[in-house]
Amino acid sequence: MPDPMKIRATMQGDKVEVKVLMAHEMETGQRKGHPAWFIQNVKATCNGRTVLAAEWGPAVSKNPFLSFRFQGGKPGDKVTISWVDNHGESRTDEATIS
Amino acid sequence: MHSGRRKALQNAGGLGVVALAMAAGLLKPSSARAEWNKAAFSTKSFADAVKAMGGSEPVESNEIVINSPDIAENGAVVPFTVSSKLANTQSISLMIEKNPNILAAQFTIPEGTEPWINTRVKMGQTSRVIALVKAGDKYYYSAKEVKVTLGGCGG
Repeated sequence: MPDPMKIRATMQGDKVEVKVLMAHEMETGQRKGHPAWFIQNVKATCNGRTVLAAEWGPAVSKNPFLSFRFQGGKPGDKVTISWVDNHGESRTDEATIS
Repeated sequence: MHSGRRKALQNAGGLGVVALAMAAGLLKPSSARAEWNKAAFSTKSFADAVKAMGGSEPVESNEIVINSPDIAENGAVVPFTVSSKLANTQSISLMIEKNPNILAAQFTIPEGTEPWINTRVKMGQTSRVIALVKAGDKYYYSAKEVKVTLGGCGG
């Protein structure tokens, strides 16, 4: 089971700013003896609504960091983030907006 | 008398419709596994990447801003912030021209989400970095050169 993400979701005026740190090797496949192993899909939802979706290649840095901002969230709401890697492994974590 | 059989047939018909809808891409399985544009992530040139993403003839725009260090001491972790002031920005993609494959990441920006992304990527060497934005049905881009003093690919 992959390690949990660190997620921080805070109100910045009328927007929610989300900062995520994921635990993943993000192996490029360029190194001998190290096949590519990287997160391919990321999805963030809040109140059942997708607030960000991403497709990644192996060029995203090891232990990926991501930050984005969206409208329509309020303190106490939950932001849920999921990722899936090219091995089919996945991780879903959530944070409460403060 | 045949009601049981009829019901079973109806149910089977219903399942068939669902299967067809899934095959047609109308319904997606609820798992986090989503589409991944293998063709786009396999490209090496800007033109091919844009094409693989369904675009053509991107126009350079100063409404797209790339914020990053001009010189990255560690190519393994180069921070980028990309923002777009183009109306109806639907996606932002980050490309590193001299990496083995040009496309690093693509972000879909739903309505209500700010066209602003902050992330970190690897750069194998000094390269032109391109931010591609889809706004409406058109593609726009902005580019900047980032010098790398220690590469991040190959280790």
